[in-house]
Amino acid sequence: MQNAIQVKGLQKSYRQLYVLKNVDFEVEKGNIFALLGTNGAGKTTIVKILTTLLKKDGGQVTVNGFDVASKPSNVRQSISLTGQFAAVDEVLTGRENLVMIARLRHLSHPREVTDDLLQRFGLSDAADRRASTYSGGMRRRLDIAMSLIGKPQIIFLDEPTTGLDPEGRIEVWKIIKELAGSGTTVFLTTQYLEEAEQLADRIAILHEGEIIVSGTLAELKKLFPPAKVEYVEKQPTLEDIFLKIINKKEDK
Amino acid sequence: METIKMRNYFFMDMGVMLIRSMRHVFRSLDTIITVTIMPIAMMLLFVYVLGGAIKTGTDKYVNYLLPGILLVAIANSAGYVSYRLFLDKQRGIFERFHSMPIARSAPLWGHMLTSLVSNAISLVVIIFVAFLMGFRSSAGMLSWLAIAGILALFTLTLTWIAAIAGLAAKSVDGAGVIAYPIHFLPLISSAFVPTKSMPAGVKAFAEHQPVTPIVETIRALLYNKPVGNQIWVALAWCITIMFCAYLCAMRVYRKRL
Repeated sequence: MQNAIQVKGLQKSYRQLYVLKNVDFEVEKGNIFALLGTNGAGKTTIVKILTTLLKKDGGQVTVNGFDVASKPSNVRQSISLTGQFAAVDEVLTGRENLVMIARLRHLSHPREVTDDLLQRFGLSDAADRRASTYSGGMRRRLDIAMSLIGKPQIIFLDEPTTGLDPEGRIEVWKIIKELAGSGTTVFLTTQYLEEAEQLADRIAILHEGEIIVSGTLAELKKLFPPAKVEYVEKQPTLEDIFLKIINKKEDK
Repeated sequence: METIKMRNYFFMDMGVMLIRSMRHVFRSLDTIITVTIMPIAMMLLFVYVLGGAIKTGTDKYVNYLLPGILLVAIANSAGYVSYRLFLDKQRGIFERFHSMPIARSAPLWGHMLTSLVSNAISLVVIIFVAFLMGFRSSAGMLSWLAIAGILALFTLTLTWIAAIAGLAAKSVDGAGVIAYPIHFLPLISSAFVPTKSMPAGVKAFAEHQPVTPIVETIRALLYNKPVGNQIWVALAWCITIMFCAYLCAMRVYRKRL
C-alpha cells in the first residue's frame, strides 16, 4: 500500500543554521503518526515543508503520492493544517469561520457542513458568538473543525494541545482518535511524551536535525532494558485530582 | 471533494476574502470612527470654526475643502490595512489559507479589494454630509467617474504602502507606524488652505508632494475648471509610487509567508 507521507533525506537550513540534516520517515495511510522533539528541534519546520508553506533544500518529500515541490496544489487538495496557534478569525463568529473555510473549499452546501461540524464539536450553543469570546479549548476545537472541512485525507496538527488545560487536552485527544478511526491520516507533533503514548500508532523522535528513533510504542520500549518490577505506591497525579474534582472525567 | 481547477475560483475566493474583511471593518467601531466620523468632524471644524478666517477665493469654503477631506479619509484608512495584515500574519491565518487549495495571492488581494470597497462607502457618506453642509458641484457624469478613478488610484497607492508595513512589521505598533507620515501629507498640501499663504520652504514641499496635484485635479473636475497638467502630475505620482510599493509588498509577501 502506498504511504500517505514519504520523506527521504530531507534537508533544510536557515542561512548557516542546519535545522534538518537528514530526515527520513514514512507514515502509513490511516495511522496516527507522532513526531516528538524538544522546542526548536525542527518539528514545525517539517510540518511547514510537508504542507507546502516552506521550500526544502534537499531530499524527497511526497504527500498523498504528490511531490511537495512539483505538485504543491495537489498536495494542498489532500491536506489540511492546524498550526501551532489556533488560526481562527477572532472577529468572526464560530459559524462564520466555518462557512468561510467551506466556501474556500468550494463545497456545494457550506451551511449544512457547518451545522454538522458545530454539532459534532459541541459548539452549537456558541456558534453565533465571536471567536474572541471562546476559551482556549473551544478555540482549538473550532480550529480543528475548520481543518476537517472538505474531508482532507491527511491532517497535520502542530502541537495541538500546547497551552490547553487538561480538560481541553482530553477533548482534543478524543477528536484525534475519532479522526483516525474514520480513516484519516493524522500527522501530529508534540512535546508531550504522554500525548504520543496515548494517541500514536507510530512515533518518531527528532533530535538535532535527524530522526534518532522511530517505531511503534512497543518497538521503542524494546530498545530499552526490560522493565524491572518494583512496588511503588501509586499516588494520584495532580491531573487525576484536578479532573476528579471538576468531575469531568476522560470518558465524558 | 470537488477538484476543479483552482483558477476558475480565483474571483470567488476573493469574494469570500472580501466578505471576511468587510466584516472586520464593520465590526470595528474604531475603524468607522477614524475613516468616516473623524473626517466629517474635521470638515465641520474647518467649515464652521476655522473656515471664516481662511481666504481661498471660492464662494463656499466647503467646496474648497471637500477634496482634501476625501483624501484625509483615505489616508486614515491606510493604517488599518497594515494592522489587519499584521494580525493575519501573526495569528497564522495566512498559513491556514496558504495550506489550502486557493491562489496564494488571494488573501492579500482580498485586503486590497476591501480597502477599495470600504473607502468607497465612507467617501459616499462624507460627500453626502458635505452636500447637507452646502457643497454643490457642477461636475457631469464623466468628471465624477474621473474623480472616482483618481480616488481609487490614491487608495490603492496608500494601501500598497501600508501593506509593506503590515507584512514586514515585527509588532502591532510597528505595523501602525506607517499611518503617521501618511496622515500628514494631506495637511501639508493645498487641501485646507492655498499654498501661496505658506512660507517658502513649506510651500515648496506642499507644491511638490503627491497630494496637492491630486487635490487640485479633483477640484478642477468638481467645478468644471480646466484640469491642466496637474492631472498628469497626479497620475505619475500615484502610478509610480503604487508600482514600487506593489513590487516591494509582493516581495515581502513571498519572502515572509
